[in-house]
Amino acid sequence: MKFVDEFRDRVIAERIIKKIEGFASFKANLMEVCGTHTMVIFKQGLKGMLPKNVNLLSGPGCPVCVTSQEDIDKAIALARDKKVIITTFGDMMRVPGTDSSLEEEKGNGADVRVIYSPSEALKIAKQNSAKSVIFLAVGFETTSPLIAASLLDARKEKIENFYIFSSHKLIPPAMKALLDSKEVKIDGFICPGHVSVIIGGNAYRFIAEKYNAPCVITGFEPLDVLQSIHMLLKQIEENRAEVEIEYFRAVHPQGNRIAQELISEVFEPCDVRWRGLGTIPKSGQKLKKEFSDFDAEKEFRPKIKKSKENPDCACGEVLRGVKRPTQCKLFRRICNPEKPYGPCMVSSEGTCAAYYKYGGGLA
Amino acid sequence: MCLAIPAKILKIENNLAQVDMAGVKRQADIRMISNIKVGEYVLIHAGFAIEKIGEKEAEETLQLLREMV
Repeated sequence: MKFVDEFRDRVIAERIIKKIEGFASFKANLMEVCGTHTMVIFKQGLKGMLPKNVNLLSGPGCPVCVTSQEDIDKAIALARDKKVIITTFGDMMRVPGTDSSLEEEKGNGADVRVIYSPSEALKIAKQNSAKSVIFLAVGFETTSPLIAASLLDARKEKIENFYIFSSHKLIPPAMKALLDSKEVKIDGFICPGHVSVIIGGNAYRFIAEKYNAPCVITGFEPLDVLQSIHMLLKQIEENRAEVEIEYFRAVHPQGNRIAQELISEVFEPCDVRWRGLGTIPKSGQKLKKEFSDFDAEKEFRPKIKKSKENPDCACGEVLRGVKRPTQCKLFRRICNPEKPYGPCMVSSEGTCAAYYKYGGGLA
Repeated sequence: MCLAIPAKILKIENNLAQVDMAGVKRQADIRMISNIKVGEYVLIHAGFAIEKIGEKEAEETLQLLREMV
């Protein structure tokens, strides 16, 4: 496939690794923020190819994983309403809430449908006018412009039984929260490629300038990831902290303006709770007042008991890069993709799922 | 979940395009892309094109990688 195969060349990969091995005089903790990068790194075995002084940490970039337990419980409560059809991306289905999951509710007769695109949710709403169709809007900046576009379509077409449950989150505030906490030493960020397509490279400048942390926006093929690691190490060695764009075939410093306008027409920033990271100021996106008639939470007021996470589940620490999945007492012993105890084992992009599937002997 | 796949534009009709995604034909919403033409490549995320892929830039990236010694 064009733009894919040529970025998987083994000979070039080996050459970049040689270059990476040249930076042997210092240790570097590099965080890959995005869950899709985590999967590429594990699937292609990149972690094992790197020298010992280069340590890759997985960050909070899997939207399903960072969704708070309260939001999971609310989604489950919404699904129990007989007048409601829930539409969702597949990864949400098996995330364990406090006492159930969407999959369990579906088994008990709830109408929960897995969809590929928010425009499909809109179609379902049109075909089921007697029911209320709620889309579980979980995702980062890559996804929220699509949701905004679907809401504008719903308004234009006067579809009145379509709602969203907004659990959108923003990446740069989470990176700032990790740096502010000083819990983990992060020497550089492998920045998410497709979030950056929308927000642009300039959105990370404050990270480089105020926190002195190098940022490289990275594509999703093995050569992209290796090249970005090389670029980060070079910045560290030269004592620079800048935003560089390795993925410049798709990412521009200013991002995608049309997408940004869609977001700001429909959403506004709000404080929001992340699993593992707590409440981060202005890190969420709620519907603007003019669009509040689409707000499922306002319309249906889902009632939940006090949300509880499994006290032994280390997803919170894994999402902050503090613990590796192998340091969790549940990992592999009782927690596995068949019977996940936390979202990082459920999601196809979760760090625990990546370790389980591809981690092998890696500690 | 921020997965986006390269796809080639086959046909354009208003805000929708028929695209070839790894050999599979699909429909994609292209309202977020300005001045897109048949034959060009875009990244598709959940049924929407989120950006053009620059052929020249991709070639430049590969050239940089090939020249690394």
